Amino acid sequence: MKELKILSVVAIFTLILYWGVEPFAHSQMHKHVEYKHLKYSDLKAIPKGDAKKGEALVAACTGCHSIKAANKPAPMDALASSAAYGVNPPDLSLAGKVMDDKFFAHFLLDPAKVTSSKHISMPPSAGSIEDAADIVAYFKSIAPKEVTNKEAYEFACGRCHADRYGNWTQIGDVPKTKSNIKTGVDLEKLEFDKKVGAYQNKLADYMGKLPPDLSIMIRARSEHFMKTFIEDPQSQLPGTAMPRVGLNEEGMEKVIGYLEETGDPSKPKREATGPWVLGFFAIFTLLAYGWYKSQWKGLK
Amino acid sequence: MAHFDENAKPFSNKWLNERIGVDTLKRVLSTEYWIPKNINFLWAMGMVLAATFGLLLVSGIFLLMYYVPDTKQAFDSVNFTIMSEVGYGWLWRHIHGVGASVVFLIIYIHMFTGIYYGSYKRGRELIWLSGMLLFVAFSAEAFSGYMLPWGQMSYWAGMVITNLFAGGSLHADGFVEWIRGDYVPGQAYLGRFFMLHVLLIPLAIIGLIVFHFGTLRLPHVNNKDGEEFDFDAEAEKWKAGQRKESKVIPFNPVFLSKDVFVMGVYFILFFYLVFYHFEFAMDPVNFDPADGLKTPAHIYPEWYFLWSYEILRPFPTDPGLIAFAFAQVIFMLLPFLDRSPNVAPANKRKPFRCWFWILLIDMIVLTFMGKLPPEGIWSTIGLVAAVTFIVLWIALPFITKLEKKL
Amino acid sequence: MADRRDFMGMALGAFTGLGALGALYAAKRTWDPLPSVKAAGFTTLDLSNVPENTLITEKWRGKPIFILKQSKKMLEFAKKKNEMNRLIKVGNDYYAITVGLCTHLGCIPAYNADDSSFLCACHGATYDSTANVTRAPAPRGLDIPPFKLDGNKVVLGETGPEYKKLLADGVTLPV
Repeated sequence: MKELKILSVVAIFTLILYWGVEPFAHSQMHKHVEYKHLKYSDLKAIPKGDAKKGEALVAACTGCHSIKAANKPAPMDALASSAAYGVNPPDLSLAGKVMDDKFFAHFLLDPAKVTSSKHISMPPSAGSIEDAADIVAYFKSIAPKEVTNKEAYEFACGRCHADRYGNWTQIGDVPKTKSNIKTGVDLEKLEFDKKVGAYQNKLADYMGKLPPDLSIMIRARSEHFMKTFIEDPQSQLPGTAMPRVGLNEEGMEKVIGYLEETGDPSKPKREATGPWVLGFFAIFTLLAYGWYKSQWKGLK
Repeated sequence: MAHFDENAKPFSNKWLNERIGVDTLKRVLSTEYWIPKNINFLWAMGMVLAATFGLLLVSGIFLLMYYVPDTKQAFDSVNFTIMSEVGYGWLWRHIHGVGASVVFLIIYIHMFTGIYYGSYKRGRELIWLSGMLLFVAFSAEAFSGYMLPWGQMSYWAGMVITNLFAGGSLHADGFVEWIRGDYVPGQAYLGRFFMLHVLLIPLAIIGLIVFHFGTLRLPHVNNKDGEEFDFDAEAEKWKAGQRKESKVIPFNPVFLSKDVFVMGVYFILFFYLVFYHFEFAMDPVNFDPADGLKTPAHIYPEWYFLWSYEILRPFPTDPGLIAFAFAQVIFMLLPFLDRSPNVAPANKRKPFRCWFWILLIDMIVLTFMGKLPPEGIWSTIGLVAAVTFIVLWIALPFITKLEKKL
Repeated sequence: MADRRDFMGMALGAFTGLGALGALYAAKRTWDPLPSVKAAGFTTLDLSNVPENTLITEKWRGKPIFILKQSKKMLEFAKKKNEMNRLIKVGNDYYAITVGLCTHLGCIPAYNADDSSFLCACHGATYDSTANVTRAPAPRGLDIPPFKLDGNKVVLGETGPEYKKLLADGVTLPV
C-alpha cells in the first residue's frame, strides 16, 4: 500500500534523525565508563577480622567520630568540626553496613590514597591490615539490621552534599520553626541558616568548591553516571575533589534509591499510569479506524 | 434587517439560525468544506499540529498555576513543586516538554509535505507564507519557553542567542543589554520571556492559525497529483449523491474520520514518549540550576534549531550572521524562487526531485553537525553542508526555470 | 446526510468522552492543596503565661486564633449563661479558644477587656466572653478549631476527644 511506503520513509528519516542527535552525538561527547560492580580491584583482599579485638582499637576513632549504635557521642558539634577539619566526621553506626569491607580496611591504613582525594583531614587510623580487619569486623557486629535510603545517604554523602528536596542540609534536616506573630521574624530558622552557611563556607574552602546539592542530580546525570561516578569519581571527572567512598552493593542501592526519591519521585506513578493511557489510545485508534472505514466505504 | 419568528422555540435550531446562522456556519466550515479525495495520511499533519498545540496549551495552563517566574524560585517551582507536590504535575510537565519537541517534528513533516507536492504554488503562496510565519512564531515560543525552568541550558542558551544581536562587527552591546534588560540574563530577562511565552506569542500563534485557515479557504487544499479541478462542480456531484464519482469529500465527517485515525496512531507514539522515553525532550543539562559563573562542557540548542545553528557556526562571525539570517528568511521565498509552472508531486519533476532529497539530507546532516562539538571532521562536514544549503537555494530558480511543462 | 446511524462515530465519541473524564480527574487533582500546605496545618499553643481577660492572637492555617483566658468574673458569667461547654479546660484554667473570624462574613472582631466582649466593626455583630454570639448579623458564636490537649499545651489541627464532643453536641461547626 502506497501510504505504508510513505509512512516508512517518514519513519526511517525520523529514526535516523533521532539516532544522530541523541545516541550518536552523546557517545561522541561523553566516553562510556563501565560499571565495575564495586570490585575495587586495585585493593587486595583482607584477612578475617576479630570484632572483640576491633572494639578495643575503636577507642582511637571516637576522638573525632560519634558512634550512636555504641552510645558514643560526638566530641564536637558539626560547626566546630567543620572549622577544625573542613567537614563534619560522620557517625560510624552504619560504617559496617554500607561500606565495602575490603575498602574500609584499606581506607583505615591510608585514607588519602584509597579515596584518591587531595583533601582529607583523616589521618591513617590502623597500624596493620590485621588491625584494620578487626576494626571492620567490630563495625559489622554493631551495624543495624535495616537501614533506610535516607540514612545511607546521610552517612555516605550527607556531610558534604545537601539535598533540599529531601529537606536535608549538611548539618541535618531543616527543623520545623514558627515565626514571631508580632514581627514575622523566625529567629530559630535564621540561626539554623547561619549555622548551615558557616559550615558551607568552611566546606567550600576545604574541598575547593561547594559540593553540589544532589536533589535532582539523578536526572541531571543519569543512574549509570551516578553509579560509575560514586564507584570511581576520577573515571568520570578526572581531577575532581570528590573522594571514592567505598560503598558496597547495599549501600549503592540505598544511596541511588534516595537520589531517585528526591530526584524522580513521580517515577512509580508514571510507570503505573503509562499502560492505562497507552491502552486507552490503542482502543481509541481501533474505534477511530472503524469510523474511518465506515465513512470512506464505497468512496474510492 | 433579519426576520425573527415570534413562535420559534428559544435555543431551537430555527431560533439559533435567525440569530447566529448556525446552519450556514456548519456548511461553510465543516459539512460543505470540500477536501480533495486524492490525498494520503500526510494531509492529516495540520490537524495533528492543532491537537499538539492544544495539548501544549492545556498542559501549559496547569504549569502556569504553579510556576514562579523568579530567578531564585523558578527552578524549584518546576522541579520540586510541579514534579513532586502537584497532583499529576509531572504529567503536565512531561506532556509540555515532549509536546514542545514533537511539535517541531510534525511541523517539519508538514512543511516538507508542502514542498514535495508543490502546495505553495498557484494561489497557495499565502498559505505557505502564513505557515512559515507560524514556524517563526513557534520557534520564538519554544525559545522563550526553554528559558523558564532557569537551568544551565536555559541560562547559557539565553546568553549565547541574545549575544547574536550584537551583530558581530557592529558591536551593538547596548542593544543586547536592552533586549535582556540587564547586563546578563537575570530577573528582567526571565520576566519578559515569561510574558512573551505565556501571553504575547500564544496570541500571535492563535491569530496566525486563524489566518492560515483563512488562506486555505478559497484555493482549497492541494491533492496528491497537484491536479487543478472545479471544486464547485465536484461538490455538486457529491451533493447529488454521486459520492464515488466526485473528486471531493466534505471535511466533516469524511476527512475528519481519517484525521482522527491518524491522530490516534500519533497519540500512541506521543504518550509512549511522555511516559517512557523523554530525555531527548528534557535534556539532562537543564536539570542543573543556572550558574552564571560556570558554562556547561557542551551547550547546544534543542534539536529543531540545530540545522540553523550549524549554518551560523562554521563561518567567521560576520559571514556567519549573514548566512544565519539568509537561512531564516529563504524558506519564505520558496513560492517566488520556484520558477516552474508545474504543480505536481516532486517524483514527477525530475530536477526538483533531486533538489528536494538533497535539501532534506543536507538539513539532516546540518542537524547532526549542529549537535556535535565543532572539532575535526565534524566542523569540516558542517562547513560543506552549510555551503551546500546556500548553493541549493541559489540554484533553485535556475533548475526550476529549466523544467519542462507537464 | 443523517440517513444511516453513525454507530462507529457515536462509539468513538462515547469512548473519547471517557478519556476526557480521566483528563478532568487529573486536572481536578492539580488544583488540590499541596501536601506541604496540608502538613503545615498544625500549631502548638503554649498556654503557660497567658494573662486573664487579655486577648492573645496566634496563627493557624493562615487564620487568626483567639485565646482568651477566663477570669473569675467571666467564669461566673459563663456558668450563669450555661456556656461552660464552650470553654476548654487546660490544667486548672479555662480558655475560650476560637477562630478569630466573624461567622458572618469573616472580618476579625475586636476585643474590649472592660466588658469582656467582642465587636465586629464590619456589620456590628457582637460576642460575649465565651465568644458566643450576642447580636446579629453573626449566625453563631465564633468557631472552635480542631484541637488536642497535651498537658499544658494545645495542638491545633489534631482532633482530641474533647473536640469530638464539642462537635457532637453542636457547640461548634467544623472549621
